[in-house]
Amino acid sequence: MQEIIDYIVSLNIPLIDEGVARFIMHLVLASIIAVVAPAMLIILTWLERKIIARIQDRIGPNRAGPFGLLQGFADMIKMFTKEDITPATADRIVYNIAPGLSVISAIMVFAVIPFAPGFVGADLNVALIYIVAIGGFGTLSILMGGWASNNKYALLGAFRVVAMLLTYEIPMVVALIIVTLAAGSMSMVDIIEAQSGMWYIVSLPVVFLIFFLSGIAETGRSPFDLIEAESELIAGFHTEYSGIKFGMFMIGEYVHMFALSFFCAVLFLGGWQIPFIDVAAIPGPFGPILGLISLIIKVFLVVFVLMWFRGTLPRFRIDHLLDFGWKFLVPLSLVLLIGVAVVVRLFAPGSSAGVPVEPGPLSALGTPGEVVALLVMNILVAAAAVALVSTAARRSRSKGLRAVASVEPVAASGK
Amino acid sequence: MLKDFEFIGVLGFITLTIPIVTLIIAWALRPKKPNPAKQETYESGIETIGDTWVQFKAQYYIYAIIFVVFDVEAIFLFPFAVALNQLPLYALIWAAVFIVLLFDGLLYAWRKGAMQWW
Amino acid sequence: MPFDPAMFDPSQIPLVEIVFWAMTVCTIGGALGVVTSRNLFHSALYLILSFFGVSGYYVLLNAGFLAVVQLFVYVGAIAVLVLFAIMFSRRMMAAGQSQANQQWWVAGPVVIVLFVMLLAVVGSISWPVTEAEPSGDVVNQLGLAFLGSYLIPFEVVGVLLSVALIGAIILAREKTAEE
Repeated sequence: MQEIIDYIVSLNIPLIDEGVARFIMHLVLASIIAVVAPAMLIILTWLERKIIARIQDRIGPNRAGPFGLLQGFADMIKMFTKEDITPATADRIVYNIAPGLSVISAIMVFAVIPFAPGFVGADLNVALIYIVAIGGFGTLSILMGGWASNNKYALLGAFRVVAMLLTYEIPMVVALIIVTLAAGSMSMVDIIEAQSGMWYIVSLPVVFLIFFLSGIAETGRSPFDLIEAESELIAGFHTEYSGIKFGMFMIGEYVHMFALSFFCAVLFLGGWQIPFIDVAAIPGPFGPILGLISLIIKVFLVVFVLMWFRGTLPRFRIDHLLDFGWKFLVPLSLVLLIGVAVVVRLFAPGSSAGVPVEPGPLSALGTPGEVVALLVMNILVAAAAVALVSTAARRSRSKGLRAVASVEPVAASGK
Repeated sequence: MLKDFEFIGVLGFITLTIPIVTLIIAWALRPKKPNPAKQETYESGIETIGDTWVQFKAQYYIYAIIFVVFDVEAIFLFPFAVALNQLPLYALIWAAVFIVLLFDGLLYAWRKGAMQWW
Repeated sequence: MPFDPAMFDPSQIPLVEIVFWAMTVCTIGGALGVVTSRNLFHSALYLILSFFGVSGYYVLLNAGFLAVVQLFVYVGAIAVLVLFAIMFSRRMMAAGQSQANQQWWVAGPVVIVLFVMLLAVVGSISWPVTEAEPSGDVVNQLGLAFLGSYLIPFEVVGVLLSVALIGAIILAREKTAEE
């Protein structure tokens, strides 16, 4: 991106200097993001309906346009032209702001994602915290929507959803801390560079699983989709929303899911890197284009897995959900945090277990020894956790059986 | 660092216009036929019973409190994570102490049944 | 007056000033909204606006880490806590009373005097202002400080957090054990 800015400056247009050229570049990139991200809704809904249909052994939409490709447009037109039924007792201002906030918070996270070598909106050195902070706005929008509807059921639905979101935000943040440990920096660009040895999905698979599952819960997709549980609580917090405002909540959800796929791809799958090829070294425009294509392939891979989950797994009950989050994921992620910290510190390049490394340019982690050590530790901790849970479950099951067996059978023949 | 945030400001501005433009377009396009029956609060088709309020359930509040505590803990752990390689080895023990202290709190909540949904 | 293209020099736009005044409006406007709004839920939302303005100040002060931490902790966690408390304790759409009470004619002058005093004190200090930007990676230095020279406060924070957690659980459970 710096090359484009230099090129613009070299054109010597009056009044355009470095700062202005950068601003124009920012404007262009921001416009692209702001237009493409919501427009992805159309592609993603089509993709989702087709994939789920095939999983369920049917065809899916195929009437609107070839292969049903225009179905998304039809849905958008429908939403725009539906009447907006606002309850008379609703809190007007908050009621209207809530869906907007949902969309804004979902799109803002794209500011820190590196799309190609050199093409990143804002290379913040605190990018990971920025991501979860903006995700927190989405939680607020749900509370606002549930409250402003002035509907008991919307409020109850909003509470349940927010309880789930709070629960799963902690394992997600701890997983991000673990990634920071491995990479030595919170900046997305640095994390991609730190993966030039080995992608983190190989060396930290359990961390990837924790992040992935927490992310699915955060975006409210199946199997954690309390939000869309139509059979319970009517329609949850968006009961009283119709037409385009409901559409905006949907945009927020799908864009959030899209963003989650981007995070998985950047943080664990190496971002725009291609195995065995140094993309950053390819001259001219081909390097960034190749990197962008590679990133998009990874993103859609993760999107496919998300849709696969939705078509296959049944919904979780809320108390199972919350127990799984608090009693399994949070302790597991904290233990993994300590484990990864120990391994990374012991393998810190140039240090002999006691001498700290001089602060300097990040050396690419990924000496084979470190990768193997991290992998082994991940698997050990996960195996220990699963073993613990299954013994606890077995004990509680046998306790239940003993309780049943100790009850005196009442005579079946009546008196 | 300020330059990095410039893009976020630009994106924020542009993103702010999206809901506004969408709402304006929709307002222009859709029919407007309000009537009192449509605008009642939805309660499965019957009249709403009682004021709109929800029974206080301490569980939600406990989850929120535990979340705040772990949130702040995560904030302290992020700088530790970034600076890990420049720290002496025994600093790991101190960080582990910090994490275990909070783990303790979670364990206490668990044993006291504070994390049961019902 | 002849058309002078230098008038429209974009590099002369004081972007920092504009952002500063926007953040000031957010912060002070939000704070005013908190104390004057009749609807408690709206008060909480104005509070969130105020937090957002403070986060903007941190950005202007080159403290990016603090800015995102402010958003993460205050808006993401504490504001949610406050909203929960409000939503549980109030009937929706309750009209709420006026925010002024009977003693406003005493409180008003006291507040004004206090404000003037504070203004005088703050204005009379010569604040050491520097143009220097923080050098190096700030978060790195923060991490080194946490586990280096500020180790004791770091651990004390850990103790404080777990005490807060345990205390909150005790208080909340007592209530439910009673009912």
